[in-house]
Amino acid sequence: MRLLMNRLFLIFSTLAALVGLFFLGWILYTLCAKGLAGLSLHVFTHDLIEGGLRNVIVGQIMMSAVATLIGIPVGILAGIYLQEYGGDTKLTEFIRDLSDVMMSAPSIVVGTFVYAIVVIPTGHTSGWAGVLALFILMVPIIVRTTDDMLKLVPVELREAGIAIGASKYHVTMNIVIRYAKAGILTGVLLAFARVVGETAPLLYTSGSSEFWSTDLTGTFPSLTVSIYNLATMPDEEMVQLGWTGAFLLTAMVLVINLIGRYASNDKRR
Amino acid sequence: MELIFKRLSQLSAGLLFVILAATTLVLYFSAKPAIEAFGAGFIFETRWGVEESLIPDGATEKLDIIDSVVSDDLDDDFMDDEDDFVMDDEDESRISDTREVYGALVPIVGTIFSTLIAMLFSIPIAMGIAVFLSEIAASSVAKPVGVAIELLASIPSIIYGMWGLFYFGPFIAGIFGGNTVSLLVAGLVLAIMVIPFMAALSRDAISTVPDMLKESAYAMGATKLEVIKDVVFPYAKSGIIGSIILSFGRAMGETMAVAFVIGGIYQFAGKVTDPTNSIPVVLANSFAESSGLSLSVLFYLALILFVLSFIVIGVAKFYFLRRK
Repeated sequence: MRLLMNRLFLIFSTLAALVGLFFLGWILYTLCAKGLAGLSLHVFTHDLIEGGLRNVIVGQIMMSAVATLIGIPVGILAGIYLQEYGGDTKLTEFIRDLSDVMMSAPSIVVGTFVYAIVVIPTGHTSGWAGVLALFILMVPIIVRTTDDMLKLVPVELREAGIAIGASKYHVTMNIVIRYAKAGILTGVLLAFARVVGETAPLLYTSGSSEFWSTDLTGTFPSLTVSIYNLATMPDEEMVQLGWTGAFLLTAMVLVINLIGRYASNDKRR
Repeated sequence: MELIFKRLSQLSAGLLFVILAATTLVLYFSAKPAIEAFGAGFIFETRWGVEESLIPDGATEKLDIIDSVVSDDLDDDFMDDEDDFVMDDEDESRISDTREVYGALVPIVGTIFSTLIAMLFSIPIAMGIAVFLSEIAASSVAKPVGVAIELLASIPSIIYGMWGLFYFGPFIAGIFGGNTVSLLVAGLVLAIMVIPFMAALSRDAISTVPDMLKESAYAMGATKLEVIKDVVFPYAKSGIIGSIILSFGRAMGETMAVAFVIGGIYQFAGKVTDPTNSIPVVLANSFAESSGLSLSVLFYLALILFVLSFIVIGVAKFYFLRRK
């Protein structure tokens, strides 16, 4: 009886794993089948208005990149504060929890917040609003990574630095950060991968545009929002373009993730 | 330099608090007109009057509750409303008689049920995967599968929604009948979306169980089931429950995966195969075309969602996933 139950249990959990993997495989399969079908050079050389995706891809990457550029100093500095300056106080613990909570807040709520503080006052959607929404989403991720990575830096290194008379600033920047650099970079990369695929916070902050634009003060082209719009259109060709966009987006996110993973493995060796 | 650096880092940490506080305050003040108009009864109100329902009852129609938002009709009806306004300008009391009624119960119920359906299906499967990866599979299998699961967890949610709309919805409708967009489809798509996330977190929790504990149990002649049931799960319990609650929070606040497949209709789902609505989807669909009170109502909804997810995440963090 015990052995039978055991056997049943093992079969069940293996089956569960297979069922889960089956659906996930199905998604990837449709994505590749539908996405590759519409993939051509045309997609990369023309804007959305002409049946390509060039402007929205560039727009999406640009917004995410700008958000990352602002997010890196803020996130890393906050992480440094938690590990190097905050000490073990209640306040540090509180900020740490706060950042964790923000990390899991629904992204659509961030969108509504940015809508209220940027889009309503300025009267129109803009690239900067999208950047701000993505920035709010990514800072907590960078804080968490920096915090975790700095925790791994041996305290002896810090002490050695202090002992030869270096200031705390020098110790932090030249010793601690240098030691944890690879890990922090990986975290930043993963944070970038996370926000580059976000749709909900961009829906009414950046909006999306069919035309080429690098002007962040106006409505800005976004790949994810365009995918959403294209997929719900009745026109078969538009839906196809949506799939192509979805394929490219997933490929981009997965590649960035793989690079991040490879980099962190490299460091361990 | 030293001081500047310290101040900068303090400022950055403070910014986190400022953002969170600002979000709460801005949402609250933006929602204030709606909160004053409807109070807490908003949560239990089932009707959702959109703009076209603003028809003065001096006419033959009573306050018309529109069940479904058909965006095509929106523009025409909106124009009609303007006309009515002009005509009734001298008789303001009649307008105040027919204020729009908004209620959050339909999207709240839709959100909770789609999340519960998601949990019902994702928990056994994710636990199966986690146990399979950490206890059953040989490491030559477990490693690539584990990496694949983690990668899948990073796929943008819009992909799940799109797949749900075009493939999974028709597939489910083929089995259970009903609509290709429904509460059931939304719940199942959410389930599939959170499975990799939940499985990866649970596997990490399970892998913290010391080998020595498991080996002792095996040495006493326990079967694998007994080891997992009596040693692994109790030891990793808080981590596993934490991963479930975090997945719950993620499913609850998910917009894009649900927006494609829930239908976006303001009515209760009588059957699970009926379309309904959820809070994030209402926010995603109606924000652009709202203003005044109807916009304030959306902020009220966003505030409710924010508070709900805050509670869920808070419970997970403080009771189950306390960081050392």
